[in-house]
Amino acid sequence: MNKSMDPAATSIWLNGQAVTATPAPGERLSETLRERLGARDVKVGCNAGDCGACTVLVDGAPVCACLMPTQQAFGRRVDTLAGLMATDAQAQALAEQFQNHGAAQCGICTPGMMVSAVALLRAVAAPDAAQVSDALGGVLCRCTGYRAIIDAVVATGRGVAPECAPSSAGVGAAIRRVDGWAKVNGTEAFGDDIAPPDTLEIAVIRAPHAHAQFDLGDVAGFVAATPGLMASLTAADVPGVNRFGVIPAFMDQPVFAEKISRFRGEAIAAVIGTPEAISRFDPQSFPVTWTPLAAVSDVDAAQANGAPRLHDGHPENVMCGGLVTCGDPAAALSRADVVVEGRYRSGFVEHAYIEPEAGFARMVDGRIEVHACTQAPVMDREALEIILGRPASDIRIVPTAVGGGFGSKLDVSVQPILALATLKTGLPVRLTYSRTDSMQSTTKRHPSDITLRIGATRDGRICGFDFFGAFNTGAYASWGPTVANRVPVHASGPYRVADYRAESKGIYTHCPPSGAFRGFGVPQSAIAQECLFDDLAEKLEMDPLEFRILNALDNGTPTVCGQVFEQGVGIKACLEALRPAWAAERRWAAVHTTDTTRYGVGLAAGWYGCGNTSLPNPSTIKSGIRADGTVVLHQGAMDIGQGANTVIAQIFATALGVGTDLVTLIGPDTDRTPDAGKTSASRQTYVSGNAARLSGASLRAQILACVNASETAVLTVAPGVIHIDDAGTRHEVPLPAPDAEGLTFKAEETYDPPTRPLDKNGQGAPYAQFGYAAHLVVVAVDMAFGTVKPVKFVAAHDVGRAINPMLVEGQVAGGIAQGLGMALMEEYIPGRTENLHDYLIPTIGDIPPIETIIIEEADAHGPYGAKGLGEHVLIPTAPAILNAIKHATGARITRVPATPARVRAAIDTVRHE
Amino acid sequence: MAQKLDQALVAIAQGSARVLAGGTDYFPSRARGGPLPTLVDVSRMPEMLGITKTENGWRIGGATTWSQLIAADLPCAFDGLKSAASEVGSVQIQNTGTLAGNLCNASPAADGVPALLSLGASVALSSTAGTRVLPLHDFLTGVRQTSLRTGELMSAIHVPDLPDHATGHFAKLGSRRYLVISITMVGAVLGLDRSGRIDFAQFAIGACSPVAQRQPDLETKLIGQRPADVRITPDDLHGLAPIEDVRGDAHYRMIAAAEQCNRIFREVTPR
Repeated sequence: MNKSMDPAATSIWLNGQAVTATPAPGERLSETLRERLGARDVKVGCNAGDCGACTVLVDGAPVCACLMPTQQAFGRRVDTLAGLMATDAQAQALAEQFQNHGAAQCGICTPGMMVSAVALLRAVAAPDAAQVSDALGGVLCRCTGYRAIIDAVVATGRGVAPECAPSSAGVGAAIRRVDGWAKVNGTEAFGDDIAPPDTLEIAVIRAPHAHAQFDLGDVAGFVAATPGLMASLTAADVPGVNRFGVIPAFMDQPVFAEKISRFRGEAIAAVIGTPEAISRFDPQSFPVTWTPLAAVSDVDAAQANGAPRLHDGHPENVMCGGLVTCGDPAAALSRADVVVEGRYRSGFVEHAYIEPEAGFARMVDGRIEVHACTQAPVMDREALEIILGRPASDIRIVPTAVGGGFGSKLDVSVQPILALATLKTGLPVRLTYSRTDSMQSTTKRHPSDITLRIGATRDGRICGFDFFGAFNTGAYASWGPTVANRVPVHASGPYRVADYRAESKGIYTHCPPSGAFRGFGVPQSAIAQECLFDDLAEKLEMDPLEFRILNALDNGTPTVCGQVFEQGVGIKACLEALRPAWAAERRWAAVHTTDTTRYGVGLAAGWYGCGNTSLPNPSTIKSGIRADGTVVLHQGAMDIGQGANTVIAQIFATALGVGTDLVTLIGPDTDRTPDAGKTSASRQTYVSGNAARLSGASLRAQILACVNASETAVLTVAPGVIHIDDAGTRHEVPLPAPDAEGLTFKAEETYDPPTRPLDKNGQGAPYAQFGYAAHLVVVAVDMAFGTVKPVKFVAAHDVGRAINPMLVEGQVAGGIAQGLGMALMEEYIPGRTENLHDYLIPTIGDIPPIETIIIEEADAHGPYGAKGLGEHVLIPTAPAILNAIKHATGARITRVPATPARVRAAIDTVRHE
Repeated sequence: MAQKLDQALVAIAQGSARVLAGGTDYFPSRARGGPLPTLVDVSRMPEMLGITKTENGWRIGGATTWSQLIAADLPCAFDGLKSAASEVGSVQIQNTGTLAGNLCNASPAADGVPALLSLGASVALSSTAGTRVLPLHDFLTGVRQTSLRTGELMSAIHVPDLPDHATGHFAKLGSRRYLVISITMVGAVLGLDRSGRIDFAQFAIGACSPVAQRQPDLETKLIGQRPADVRITPDDLHGLAPIEDVRGDAHYRMIAAAEQCNRIFREVTPR
C-alpha cells in the first residue's frame, strides 16, 4: 500500500469535506486524523482497540481509528464526533441527552461513546438498554459507571424531553454540568490535545527489570548519530534536586533513576526529537547496560531476612506505620461471647483512566509553562521548583482537561520530563504516555494483607477489634504514608468500637509505586471489616443489617479516635434506608435461585473523613465582578470529571445570590487562580466549596453594604451597575473603577477545616466531617463457572446536602463500577497485565441498574451542609459483593479479585466441608 | 494497497512484506520503533471478499469481516460461528477484523477457531505458485504458529456442506461482558434425528491447549444419545493442556470447558 497513488485516491471524505493526507506507510488513521487533519476530537486511550475512545465512523460503521491504516480510509467517508455534531440531528439530540443525564463526566470516552451511539441510532431508531450495551460494549468508561450513558442513548431514541433543572439554579438543583458542552461537541482539550502538530516529542527509556543496576553508554554520541534526535535527558540534566514526592518527609523518587532502578518501568532517561524520529525510536537501541538484581515483590519477601533493602534508613523495608488504639482490645476480645477472624488480601489496582498522562511545555519570556492533565496544579509547581531549582515565579502550570484521575494524577508524571526537556532545548515539547508507559510507571492502589479479629457480646455489641494491615507501597513512598495513617482511623468502619487497635505498615518492594486511589487504603480495610461483620452477625444469629444498625455510630458517640460529633452522623440513616430493599431483595433472591444460578444479597457500609488527616488543608477562592457586569469565579479546584466546576459554581452563585448561569469560570491556572488545593480526599465540595461560599458571601456583603441593604435583598448584575431590590425598594450601585485585574468588586476567601492532631495512640480530631454510605447488592453466581454477575445495587449515601443530585448519582455509579472491578476482575501484575486487554475493567455490560438513595444529614461545617462524596462511593461496594457471594453460595472469598476460578474453587471447598 | 490478489501475491513473494487486513492484531502487536515492514493491504481485494456457495460447501473470502459474516444468510450450522463472531472484541473490532486474520494470528484463545473446527473448515493458502488447501487443524500448529509458508496468504476459508438439520452452537466464558479474552470456549455443530437422538456431532474446545481441539472420540460416542442424557466430564475431553494464567488455572479450565459442553447439549432442540 505504499505504492504511488494519484491524489484522488489519497483523499478522505472527512466530516463531509474532501481532504487529502500523505500518511507514512502503516500510519494509524487516528494519528492522521489528529496530527495531520486537526481532528483532535478523536481521542486515543490505548492504541490497541481495547478502549474504543478513538471510534469514528468509516462509511457509517464504527471502527477503532487506532487499528486502521490510514490508507484503508482513502476514498471512504470518515465521520468524527465534531463532524457529526455539526450536521447530524441525532448526534445533536444525543448531546443534549448526554448533558441531561450526566453521561459525560471527564469526557475522554465521550467521543467514542457518542459516535458508537449515533451508528446504533441510525440502525435502530429506539434501542433498548440491551441494544445500547451491545453497541457501546467496545468503549470503556472509567468515570460514569455507564448507566447514565445507557439512559441518555435510550432517551434519545425515545425522543424524551430534557428533564434538568434550569441552568440558573443554585444549591440543591440537578443542573447540567456548566462545562459539559465542550465534552459532548468534541472541543474539550485534554493533555494530548494542546500541542501544535510538529512539536518536538519525547520518548522515555524505562527499566525492563524489577530491580537492576545500569550503566549508561555514550548517550551524547547516540543522540548525535541518530537522525532527528535533538537531545537527551538523564539524572545529570536535573538542575535542582532529582527527587519528587507528595509528602515532604518522604520525597524519595527520582525523575530519572541513578545507577539503580527499583521497579519495572522506572524512567532512567529520555530522548527528545522530531515526531518522525520519536515514532521511529527503538528504546532497545538506547546505549545502556542492565544488570538485573534480586528483587522483592510482596510484603513478606521484602521483610524477610536478607531481603534487598530499597532505601537507606528503612530497615526491613518498612516505610512507615500508623496506629489508632483505644480501650483495651485484648481484654475485650477475651471476654467477648463470639469472636471471628480472617485474613484478607488484595492486589495492585490500576486507575485505568482512559486518558494516559500527557502534556505540553514551552518557555515563555524565560518562564517554564507546563500544560498537562493533573489533579494538583500547585503541587506540580512545588515539585518543579525543587527539580528545576527555580522559584515558583518562574513556573506556570496550566492544567488541561483531565481524562480521569482517581488519585494517580496527584503525583507528577510527565510534568518534570516536559519541563526539563523544554528547558534543555529552549523549544516547545510534547509527551504523551503510551498505555503501557502509564500502567508501568504511575501509581496503583496498594496491595493489602490484612488480619483482623473482632469480638461481640451476645447482645450483638462489638467487643474488641484488633487489626493489622501490611500495605505494599512499591518502590517509592508516594501517598503510602497517607494510606498508613488513614487506614487505622477508618478500619473500624462507621461503628462504635470502644476497644480497638489498628496498626498499619507500609512496606517498600520492587513494584510500581502505590499511591492515592480513591479511598487511600480504606476500600481494602473495609473488605476485611465488613466481611467479618457478616460472619459475626451469622455467629450471633442476628440479621446482618440490624447488627450493623445496632452498632452504628451516632451523634454523640465517640469514634475510635475519640472524636465525638454532636451532629451530622448519617450512617444509621443510610443503613435504615436499605431496610425495604434488604427484605424485598432477599425474598426475590430466594424465589429465583436455581441449582445452576444462585442469587445472593449482600450489604456493607463505609465512612470516610473529608480532607487531610489532622493537617492544614486550605482552599482559596477568588471572585469578582468586571465592569461589564460579568461575575467571575477564579476556580482553581481541579475538575477531573467529578463536577467541581459545577458544584463550586452552584455554591458560589447561591452565596452571592445570582444565577449559576451568570458565573464565568476562570482557570485553573497557577498564574490566575489562587490555590484551591488538590483534588483528593473528597475535599473539593467541602473545602473549596466552603471557600467559594465565603467568597460569594463576602462579595455579596460588600455590595449590600453600599446601600445598607438587608440580607434578603435581590441582586441583579448589569453592565456598569448592580440593581438591589430590598423589601420593595430598588437601589442602584454603580460598579466602582476596576482594579489591575479588571475587577470592580472582589473577594478572596480561604477555608481550612478545623481538625486536631492525633496523639501517639491516634486519639484526636482527624477530620472536621465524615461522609457515610451503605450499599446493597444482588448478585447471580453461576455455581459451575464461578462467574458473579451483580444484577442490582441500592446505594444509600449521606452527602449532608446534595449540591447537585445528578452529580451525586454520577459519583455513586462511577464509584460502584470501580468497586465492582476491584471485587471481581482487576489485578495489576507487573509484566503481565500492562495493557487494557489483560487488565480488565468493567465494560458497559457489567454494571447493573443502580438505585441511589440520597441521605441529607446536614453537616455544620459543610457548605449548605454538604459533605464530600468522591471516595465514599466505592468503599462499601467490594465487601457488599463478597457478602452477597457468601449469601448465595456459602463460600467466603478472602482475596480479591474474586475471579471465576477463585469463586469456583471456594464453592468446591465449601461443598467438600 | 493491492487491488488484485495476484498483485498481492507478487508483493509478498519475497517474504519481507507483511499482510494486513483488519489491522486489529497488527497494530496492537507492533513493537515501538525499528523499521516498518512493507504492508500489503488485502482488505479490499475482490477475490478475498464475499461468502459464496460452492459445489460442495461454502467459500468465505479471507478478508471477510466478522460483521459481514454475521449479516450473511447462511445455514443453521453456521449459527455457532455467527455467535462467535458477535463475541469477538467489540462492534468496532467485528467491523474490521477478519476471519482469516484471526486464524493466521493463531492465538490459543482465537474466538473463530473452535467454531470453524466444529464446521470442519479448511483453509486456502495462495502464493504465486498456486493455491493449496489444508484442513484448519493442520494449518494451526501451535501458539501463534501456523503452516503458512513464506509468500503465502490465506485467501479463503472453506466449509463443507453439513446436514440440513445440523445447528451450530458456541459458548464463550470470560471475566467480563465485552472486549474479553476467553477463559474457555466451545464450538459445536449438532444434529438430532426424528426421535431426538444425536445423529451428528462435531465440536471443539478452545483456550485449553496451544491449538483448539476437536473431540473425535467423544463425537463418536455421542451418536445415538439423547442430549438430555449427555454428561461430559473433564476426563472425557482429550488433547487439552490448559495453562494457568491470570484468567484461570488449568483445573478450572477443564471443569469449565466440560460444563460449557453440557450446557450446549441442554440447549439443543430438534429442528
